[in-house]
Amino acid sequence: MKKLLEVKNLEVSFQTYGGEVQAVRGVSFHLNRGETLAIVGESGSGKSVTSQTIMRLIPTPPGRIKNGQILFDGEDLVKKTDKEMEAIRGKDIGMIFQDPMTSLNPTMKVGHQIMEVLTKHLKMDKSAAKERAIELLRLVGIPMPEKRVTQYPHEFSGGMRQRAMIAVALASNPKLLIADEPTTALDVTIQAQILELMKELQKKTNTSIIFITHDLGVVANVADRVAVMYAGKIVEMGTVDEVFYDPKHPYTWGLLASMPSLDSDDKSELAAIPGTPPDLTNPPKGDAFAPRNPYAMKIDFELEPPLFQISDTHYAATWLLHPDAPKVEPPEAVKKRLRKLSSNYPQPVIVKESE
Amino acid sequence: MLRYIGRRLLYMLLSLFLIITATFFLMRAAPGGPFSGEKKLPPEIEKNLNEYYGLDRPWYSQYFDYLVSVAKWDFGPSFKYKGQTVNDLISDGFPVSFFLGMEALLIAVSIGILLGIIAALNHNKWQDYGAMVFAVLGISVPSFIMASVLQYFLAIKLHLFPVARWESLQHTVLPALALAATPMAFIARLTRSSMLEVLSNDYIRTAKAKGLSRGQITVKHAIRNALLPVVTYLGPLSAGILTGSFVIEKIFGIPGLGSHFVLSISNRDYTVIMGVTVFYSILLLASVLLVDIAYGFIDPRIKLAGGKKGE
Repeated sequence: MKKLLEVKNLEVSFQTYGGEVQAVRGVSFHLNRGETLAIVGESGSGKSVTSQTIMRLIPTPPGRIKNGQILFDGEDLVKKTDKEMEAIRGKDIGMIFQDPMTSLNPTMKVGHQIMEVLTKHLKMDKSAAKERAIELLRLVGIPMPEKRVTQYPHEFSGGMRQRAMIAVALASNPKLLIADEPTTALDVTIQAQILELMKELQKKTNTSIIFITHDLGVVANVADRVAVMYAGKIVEMGTVDEVFYDPKHPYTWGLLASMPSLDSDDKSELAAIPGTPPDLTNPPKGDAFAPRNPYAMKIDFELEPPLFQISDTHYAATWLLHPDAPKVEPPEAVKKRLRKLSSNYPQPVIVKESE
Repeated sequence: MLRYIGRRLLYMLLSLFLIITATFFLMRAAPGGPFSGEKKLPPEIEKNLNEYYGLDRPWYSQYFDYLVSVAKWDFGPSFKYKGQTVNDLISDGFPVSFFLGMEALLIAVSIGILLGIIAALNHNKWQDYGAMVFAVLGISVPSFIMASVLQYFLAIKLHLFPVARWESLQHTVLPALALAATPMAFIARLTRSSMLEVLSNDYIRTAKAKGLSRGQITVKHAIRNALLPVVTYLGPLSAGILTGSFVIEKIFGIPGLGSHFVLSISNRDYTVIMGVTVFYSILLLASVLLVDIAYGFIDPRIKLAGGKKGE
């Protein structure tokens, strides 16, 4: 079996005073072994909720998994009890969080925080766990690990703390690593080092990675495949080449057009997507992106677009791919990067919605 | 560390000096004196008394004499309790107050923290509401009412404990409970709110993502971080509680230090006022120092640095 993780039609809601917020509205994707999938989208698009749902870390209540399956190694995580999940968290699935400054316990030695995983899941005794913790710190590129292992997080810099977090997440050789914006809080040089480290470790351990980010530059660097999320749904998914060089969804166009590039001069204004994401307490009828979409057609406001398949790996949910849709030109910044991809089908195919 | 403690001790001496000076002059500024009562003493006797206790000498010589004797740990004779020195009063009363206070402190801290943690872990459930109703009662019911209620139900109705007096361990239970009620309620609320704050921290989510169970997360990651505000409160609390409570000691007929503290003021018993105040200040300053040292152990980010940066 090649697929490590398969998420099917996942729906997650939060009960708030203002009503039910439908944070994730029917998300489906899969992840192969040793592969990196990047989930991109702006704040509130549901990418973090999706990843935390896989770990079953969303607080319930107010959160609720309304529908769907999360098949991990063939087992449905949605149906697991809390106790069963404890045995999976940290062991088979590791997670790295956005802010390394607050993600480590300030009153516990860094080594001890790594050792916790080892004693809990691998049943190591204290001295063996400490040895392994030193090894792990060395593995993630922390100099003088023998000394560092007995230090507290405040004695580490931001980048080193994120390295320590990676050591925690990888301690028991998980099959899946979920990285929730792991480089957002770091400056660019440290960011590059951390990304390099993650790629290198992935090569060594063959771990699958779900990489959540809003930074497309990071995506191009690390991912094999990309899923673009908007308003709790995946609007486009494909390999990095497909999403970067042959994007089909107007939202992806908007994201790509708003990415600054080296050859953009200072006279041209940086493009932005106008408006704000919709309120997910009352998701709009039709395509959620339609009100912000300069290419929106009448049907976008009435009926949700189905998923079209453009190649074996490339999907997009937009009416523009319908045979009856008018031909439109993507924005200038996107047009410059378009390439003809040979893997595309002659015509986009509507994927049958599985009920 | 040693350098830090040394420096702190110096500061303590300085504060103590200021406290002694302020008390000395405030006390003299208050009208009346140790020998003014309802029945006026004959002038010759009052003159003799003043002479005997040195109250007729100029203020500066009294003040400096007092400073010297305090430095020798001699608080002088009491004006009201004939034949007893202030040192006697303290060494008789303090052990009683200390024992009672320790018992109350233990009850307040252990039950208070436990209640706070239970409330925080069951946020917005019945355990939380129950504990907080309990805490509000503890804070708002004055200790003398609490004492009477305890006496009425546990001693008179149920005969579980003796009503009053200070004879055996049994006798200490009710006054300790009455003394502990308010600080316990306060600690419970403090623990709950700081625990709730800690539980919403990112590192708790990290601990969860490691697969630790709720119990492990609470014990290993949450409690230690949540206790800092409680420790802060513990400093002044323990000084206050250990020197005894006038009200509780009166109600239960306990020969502690608390009653001296209050009575000496209305008696204008100068040496007792001074002696007890100095003693209380030393206790307070010492417990604050202990709290600061405890910080360093609980939270490694707090460095107790002496003159130079440590290590």
